[in-house]
Amino acid sequence: MTVEAQQFTRDAKIVAADLRHRGLIRKALSGYEVKRDEFKARFRDWQGARQAAAEIKYDAVNHLDRYLVEFADRIEARGTRVFWASDAREARDYILGVIRARKARCIVKSKAMTAEEIHLNEAMEREGFEVVESDLGEYIVQLRREAPYHIVFPAMHLTRGEISDLFQRELGTAPTNSPEELTLIARRVLRKKYIEADIGISGANFAVADTGMISVTENEGNARLTTSLPKVHIALLGIEKIVPRMADLALFLPMLATAGAGQPMTCYNTLIGGPRQPGEADGPEEFHVVLLDNARTRLLADPEQRDALHCIRCGACLNVCPIFRNVGGHTYGTTYQGPIGSVITPHLRGLQNWKHLSSASSLCGACTEACPVKIDLHHHLLQNRRNAVREKPVWWERIAFRAFAFVATRPPLWRVVGLAGRLGQRLHPLIKGGPLDPARAWTGSRDLPEVAQVSFKDYWRGRKQ
Amino acid sequence: MSARAAILDRIREALRLSAPPPGSHEPGAHGPGAGHAAGVEDGAFREWLPAVGPAIGDWIALFAACSENLRTRFIVCDSEAEAAQQVRAIAAEDRWSRIASHRADPVRAVAGAAGVPVLWTDGGYEPGALEACDAGLSGCDALVAQTGGVLLTARSGGGRALSVLPPHHLVVARRSQMVPDLPAAFALLTTRYGADYPSMMTFITGPSRTGDIERILVLGAHGPRKLTVLLVP
Repeated sequence: MTVEAQQFTRDAKIVAADLRHRGLIRKALSGYEVKRDEFKARFRDWQGARQAAAEIKYDAVNHLDRYLVEFADRIEARGTRVFWASDAREARDYILGVIRARKARCIVKSKAMTAEEIHLNEAMEREGFEVVESDLGEYIVQLRREAPYHIVFPAMHLTRGEISDLFQRELGTAPTNSPEELTLIARRVLRKKYIEADIGISGANFAVADTGMISVTENEGNARLTTSLPKVHIALLGIEKIVPRMADLALFLPMLATAGAGQPMTCYNTLIGGPRQPGEADGPEEFHVVLLDNARTRLLADPEQRDALHCIRCGACLNVCPIFRNVGGHTYGTTYQGPIGSVITPHLRGLQNWKHLSSASSLCGACTEACPVKIDLHHHLLQNRRNAVREKPVWWERIAFRAFAFVATRPPLWRVVGLAGRLGQRLHPLIKGGPLDPARAWTGSRDLPEVAQVSFKDYWRGRKQ
Repeated sequence: MSARAAILDRIREALRLSAPPPGSHEPGAHGPGAGHAAGVEDGAFREWLPAVGPAIGDWIALFAACSENLRTRFIVCDSEAEAAQQVRAIAAEDRWSRIASHRADPVRAVAGAAGVPVLWTDGGYEPGALEACDAGLSGCDALVAQTGGVLLTARSGGGRALSVLPPHHLVVARRSQMVPDLPAAFALLTTRYGADYPSMMTFITGPSRTGDIERILVLGAHGPRKLTVLLVP
């Protein structure tokens, strides 16, 4: 087993048995479920909207070269600098270069999963720059020096008590039990930062090709402040964020909000197409857009799973996933958790080290059903399993399946094994779960499926008479 | 080879194999091939998006209902003078000492009549001075009935920060600025700015909020805690 798989198995066991954690997640998501269904029902045709969204992303991803060039040319025409980064290191180096050139000290950042992906904060801090996460959830996990728990709700695993303790320890504030009070503490601390910061870094939810703009979705207003007040704005986004037309957002913005957060529309949906233009009251002097590949083209090259690049990172598949809800976000050990993370991480970071995530699935298909852009998530998990075995077969699995095929294609032998199974199952309770039990890895916490008391052959014969 | 060329080359190489059509794993009423992506006509999404009534009266009623859910305060005024009076009342109640606004109609007159000093953001301002304001009054491009949203840009909203930095954002909109839905709002942006877009355009749907602590709704995370929309004839 790889180190990653060992870590996953160990953490999954601990977290799944943590009833407090399970209760917290269930409670946090119950309100979401009600609201999501309520706002989905307001759509005239949610299924039609999903199909339309899937077709638009299909068009975007399958003509990515054309749309990216259109996006870059148009946004550059308004004075934006576009940098194309093949991998994480190139993206980090470029951003650090901008920071050094501006002699910046303080950087304020709004939520960007791509920044987590390339470990941007660590890189900036190593160089001695002060980086402050401005999204409340991200700010909390930054203070805890841990990774976001969920791509949309980063601090979902924490209680207000834990957050109060954290603020008390890190900021010296008085303990409080009120979410309002805790939010106000963060608001006060961060308010100064927006005005002091030399550079604002954001992600983007969409990149609009026909008008050359990025679109940023958020509830708090931190991304708007981050992209309004500092003299320099850097936006970091994956190349798959493209939508062909600005008008497409009329569909994507409400779908993202409904599927992801159970809101009819997120509070702020902001299109940014350049630095401050002549005649405008404010805005950054410089605007940089970093387009990140970082193995996305590797996923693109797999036509079977290319639709995973349709993902708009709404988090709906995490919210409905029974695995995510039981093992929690940190157990994955990945930037992107849940079903979408299990699908794409093997492409981004190597199949053999991350194939175990595709096995941690009940294949229930809840993710596929929840996906607003119709990514065939649970089948992709199966395909990852197949690809992993194809690439590197497991010797004992091969022997086991050969043995099964040998028995299954020989009726007399099959009959004998069937009889042995029925007899064996009757004796099994004597050793169940114990050291002598050959199936103890399974039976330690579960029952074995029952072997039928009459074989199909015998049943059929009896029925005819 | 430049990084741009290298990435584009990898993309073109990857796209030599074609992918199965979207949604083909979910056969049924919404099978593939509807061809929505081939050419989205203006408003083509209406058949899926939440329904909106046909007349402006419906839109105003829907905007009011959405506002209530979002906790936006929506005030329909009979005249600009009434809007100014409403703002004066809020100013007194919330003890404003200074506000920010910009010189565009009809917001300029309303802000000017508030009875407190006004920081005009047109042509630039000190961020610290804006931060010290109790409220920001701005115009907008449109009100979106479908979502209860305010659409404004760096031009129509007095810059990027006026509508998000002060703790109370007030919007003065004309009745004629009410549009039914998001497709109409995007069509309006294209018509109005198509040749030369402002650097920032935003849909503001309710006051700033967060659910990051136990998924409990808290208003006024970083942006305004209060959003007031005044509709004038």
